[in-house]
Amino acid sequence: MKPLDPKALRREFPVYQNNPGLVFLDSGASAQKPAAVIDGVAEFYRRDYANVHRGVYQLSQRSTDHFEEAREGTRAFLNAPDVNEIIFVRGATEAINLVAQSWGPEFVKAGDEIVVSDLEHHSNFVPWQMLCQRMGARLVVAPTDASGGFDLAAFEALLSSRTKMVAITHVSNVTGAILPVERIVELAHRKGALVLVDGCQAIPRMPVDVRALGCDFYACSGHKAYGPSGIGVLWGRYELLAAMPPWQTGGGMITQVTLEKTDFQEPPHRFEAGTPDISGAVGLKLALDFIESIGRDRIRDHEEELTGYAIDRLSRIPDLNLLAAGQRRLSVLSFNLDGIHPHDVGTVLDQHGVAVRVGHHCAQPLMDKLGIAGTVRASLGVYNDRDDIDRLAAAVEACREMFSR
Amino acid sequence: MMDLRDLYQDIILDHGRHPRNFRPIEHPTHTAKGHNPLCGDRVTVYLTIDGDKIADVSFEGRGCAISTAAASLMTEVLRGKTLAEARALFAQFHAKVTGGEVGEVAEALEEDAERLEPLTGVKAYPARVKCATLPWHAFEAALKGGAAAPVKTE
Repeated sequence: MKPLDPKALRREFPVYQNNPGLVFLDSGASAQKPAAVIDGVAEFYRRDYANVHRGVYQLSQRSTDHFEEAREGTRAFLNAPDVNEIIFVRGATEAINLVAQSWGPEFVKAGDEIVVSDLEHHSNFVPWQMLCQRMGARLVVAPTDASGGFDLAAFEALLSSRTKMVAITHVSNVTGAILPVERIVELAHRKGALVLVDGCQAIPRMPVDVRALGCDFYACSGHKAYGPSGIGVLWGRYELLAAMPPWQTGGGMITQVTLEKTDFQEPPHRFEAGTPDISGAVGLKLALDFIESIGRDRIRDHEEELTGYAIDRLSRIPDLNLLAAGQRRLSVLSFNLDGIHPHDVGTVLDQHGVAVRVGHHCAQPLMDKLGIAGTVRASLGVYNDRDDIDRLAAAVEACREMFSR
Repeated sequence: MMDLRDLYQDIILDHGRHPRNFRPIEHPTHTAKGHNPLCGDRVTVYLTIDGDKIADVSFEGRGCAISTAAASLMTEVLRGKTLAEARALFAQFHAKVTGGEVGEVAEALEEDAERLEPLTGVKAYPARVKCATLPWHAFEAALKGGAAAPVKTE
């Protein structure tokens, strides 16, 4: 397998032509868009756009075909068994809220428990916290160990027949740690609990196969996977989706409405009220095609190699503390410099043309546990190379120098 | 590119590392917490107001070099001022960092306004303006009696 060539790939991302010298290390927040996505969405609007699932005219049929091809493309990308298990949403946040608000009240009752990890993004924490408050259930937090790894033994000890759902991230957006999802699923299923996986950070950078993972729901966002913002995916086992009541209601999700009552469509349409993000779905399909054209194994190998290089390079900087240093991780590096607030580091790095994210990364429970206000986070994409890491390291050194005077 | 040393001047680094009046006041007449949910910075401002005068002012919290230095310098200039003078200093400072119309302050306050000048470098860094104004907004909230409400920033 030929390694990926980030310099060649960079030419496919117009943002680099328009921002010469940019060192973009914030793909974990949102990835840049390749021309294939930008131009493809524009082309769709130019040629084939109309509302979907409604028109008897040809243009609407073509638009519907594009939209449903995107659904099938997403199914194939996730290796899901059935195309009707793919629900288009705004992003992972909406996907998780959908499950928490539709599945939740139907299947969670007072005294039940929902397990999350302390690594979770607020989007995989707050919806469950609110569900528990509403139903009188208990939110149980599975801890990471001292080195920042997911503590499987501690997790197993927290499971019981009261556990109804385990909501867990695939790859941490703060430390980049890869969670042992297969093992987590096995342990949870043994107790009869379902498992929802937040795949935001995994989708753009490693092969994901929901059948192999064995999970029950998988949520992800298009914009972190080189697609447009505003589109995301919830995958769920069909029998689970079929047992869930509608979430939002309106057009497109009904079979019959009378003054007395309404009958609802089967999944996925039951969960897609209103005109969907048609061009977003088309863009998502183009983004997934872009990823597949490179190859997910190649992307993972590239980012793994670059992550290793970055760990090595950053570890040599005095006073730099890398979070979860010993973990198997992918593409996300969080660190702090002794005595310098992450926001000050971010401003200095920006002046050196290095775009990173600073702050709590929507993971305040983890920040509180670690006793820190935030971190500086560098995250990788297909366009990053060793030069970017060298520029990051040089900018961090310049920051140390500035604050040591 | 702006020179970063205009933002991180020596006096800012000094106050950021060694903030003055960094302590609670046990029985303040006024207090308020400032919180910037975007970055997690937190500051609590304590005041002892005697009649119309700020007899004592202090702060606690955690934040970046800019917000810590801004709070520290604020406490230095506010001690002994009347409330009207304090408001005048904030109005001018606020205008300077947000790019508003900068008015004059009374001659007696010019030296204090000068003390705040090093912070006005944030004007060139829109994402950081709120760091410099957070403690001032907390001060204002304390005067309004907003006990522990999170304060608004830019």
